[in-house]
Amino acid sequence: MPLPPNVSVDDFSQALRQFESVVGKQWVFTSDEDVGLYRDAYSPSWGEASERRASAAVAPASTEEVQAIVRIANQYHIPIYAISTGKNLGYGGSAPNYSGSVVLDLKRMDRIIEVNEKQAYCLVEPGVSYFDMYRYLQDNKIKLWLDVPDPGWGSMLGNAIDRGAGYTASQFRNHFDAHCGMEIVLANGELMRTGMGAMPDSQTWQMYKQGFGPWIDGMFSQSNFGIVTKMGFWMMPTPDAFLKGTVHFKYFADLSSLVEILTYLENSKITTGYPDLNSDVLGTPNLAGLEDFLIHGPIPRDAEYKALADRHASAEEYEPYGLKHNIPFWSCAFTFYGPEKIIRAQWEHVQQIYKDAVAGVSFEVTEFFKLPLSEGDQGRVQYPAQFGIPNLRTFSIGARSAWNPNPPTNGHMWFSPIIPRTAEAILKINEVIRAAAAEYDIHLPFAMNVPYPSWERCFMFIIPFPISHDPEANKRNRDAFRHLVRVAASHGWGEYRTHAIFQGDVMDTYSFNDHALLRFHETVKDAIDPNGILSPGRYGIWPKSLRAANKKFKE
Amino acid sequence: MKFWLFCAAVLAAWSAPPAFGANSAQPMAGKQVFDKWCLPCHGDSDQAPGTLALRVKYKGTLPAVLEQRTDLTAATVKYFVRHGVLVMPFFRKTEISDVQLNALANYLQDPRGRK
Repeated sequence: MPLPPNVSVDDFSQALRQFESVVGKQWVFTSDEDVGLYRDAYSPSWGEASERRASAAVAPASTEEVQAIVRIANQYHIPIYAISTGKNLGYGGSAPNYSGSVVLDLKRMDRIIEVNEKQAYCLVEPGVSYFDMYRYLQDNKIKLWLDVPDPGWGSMLGNAIDRGAGYTASQFRNHFDAHCGMEIVLANGELMRTGMGAMPDSQTWQMYKQGFGPWIDGMFSQSNFGIVTKMGFWMMPTPDAFLKGTVHFKYFADLSSLVEILTYLENSKITTGYPDLNSDVLGTPNLAGLEDFLIHGPIPRDAEYKALADRHASAEEYEPYGLKHNIPFWSCAFTFYGPEKIIRAQWEHVQQIYKDAVAGVSFEVTEFFKLPLSEGDQGRVQYPAQFGIPNLRTFSIGARSAWNPNPPTNGHMWFSPIIPRTAEAILKINEVIRAAAAEYDIHLPFAMNVPYPSWERCFMFIIPFPISHDPEANKRNRDAFRHLVRVAASHGWGEYRTHAIFQGDVMDTYSFNDHALLRFHETVKDAIDPNGILSPGRYGIWPKSLRAANKKFKE
Repeated sequence: MKFWLFCAAVLAAWSAPPAFGANSAQPMAGKQVFDKWCLPCHGDSDQAPGTLALRVKYKGTLPAVLEQRTDLTAATVKYFVRHGVLVMPFFRKTEISDVQLNALANYLQDPRGRK
């Protein structure tokens, strides 16, 4: 049995026995076969010495059991790594940042504690997946929507504290922002509630976020300061109708107006749905065409188009082809939720603004549904996540397909920096990334990548990286990934989230004033977790005892 | 096998859909395990990534939909659930317990159980 570093065999055995007395023998996993199930299925260092591996796993069923485990871990100085559903594939999965940690698997804590339909909120434990909540709402005919990310088996709580994103209305798409109130087991085993939950018998825990005094919820996201065991979320009342209207733009230079107006419309709440930006002539898929693209590849075009691709023409050089064949250069699909009369008026307004500002724009209503969706309509929607329907369609990426028959990948990871909401930033990052990609032989399928407008005030730029079981290929990709992190940071673009093995690299780029922010995190870490037992290394935050050896990633 | 299937059928009739808050150890009928954990990727649908990938793999020589297969053995099902393959990850025992995996493997092994 592998041991946690710096823990004796006797102490580890003793701790495991005590874990068993808390959760029952069945829920402490120590055999190679069982512990192997806690590997990161999409590990970028699969099978190498640097792959992050657990020593054991323990799966409590209640907050009280979590508290008891934390106290035992403290007694024996055993690092524990908490996971919710462990399906954070692409960002580290269920494997710990620090090899030898015991995984604290919270999947069994899967209670939906409350759904309040009138006040539109819920309170859940870490093991509740998006599928679970969706089924609960359906079974109980509750007229509320949840906002879902691409993988529906993820944890509502886990995705939120990792600061994931979804696809419905803007006030719900940022899952952390949509939360209201937490319960946390601290490193000493003590239980704490945040916001209004800090008041005994509070009647408003899920109704007002900040409570009284410093609002510290953010410190428990992307961190290792505590184990979140309950979390509240604000939900969207099922809207009356859904409308998706698409604006098409003829010219490359229209990007500037497209983005400027889009940003104004979102900031003014004239549109609140996910704005779906793509380039038809460059072949970048929109949400409606994403699955088709993953399965069948780019839309086949003629020899003239192929010649452009073969000579790696710049994005702008595709414009004449688009004009000749009546293919828009850009398109942006606006989505609206609400009463039909109101959302049709909003769409009318969007059209008027673009018509007044940009020559040659055209419009079409691409989707309209009365809600709730009928059973038949459920199968007809372009992108189920825009209707709060959890699914796993995204796993077509890298899977075997007619387009990608062999070899399929063993998973994926994402390079995902945040950039400004301007056309200039989109063009600049494409120029910078293209140069860096050429240097590291990273395949970019389009002449230009279009960003994701997941959040209202910025863009997210995404480059997928395949995972292989070939160590050489993985090494090349890790080197390329780290290079992109550094290059992006040198232009002021930082990642919003990253795979566990790159968290130290990314944290290192948030270095204003000699890493003042990281030093603050470390001060907090040492104060509230003096034995450094909670998820050492998560998001680049190491406890004092491990800092010197691990602070900067080494291979 | 028949006895087990009888038990599974009784259980399926008696129990509500997978309960929430009743953590993962509870027994479930094979069909319930399939619907909860396998269906989103392996359902009979053009939106199921597993089915789409198997269509390309088998090119019609075998059904791409797992519930239409008659050649699966319990051992094969268990192997893939605990080892994964390509983009399909493996599943922990807190997700699919050994008891549930047995139910799932038996369900997929014996097509008579699926009628």
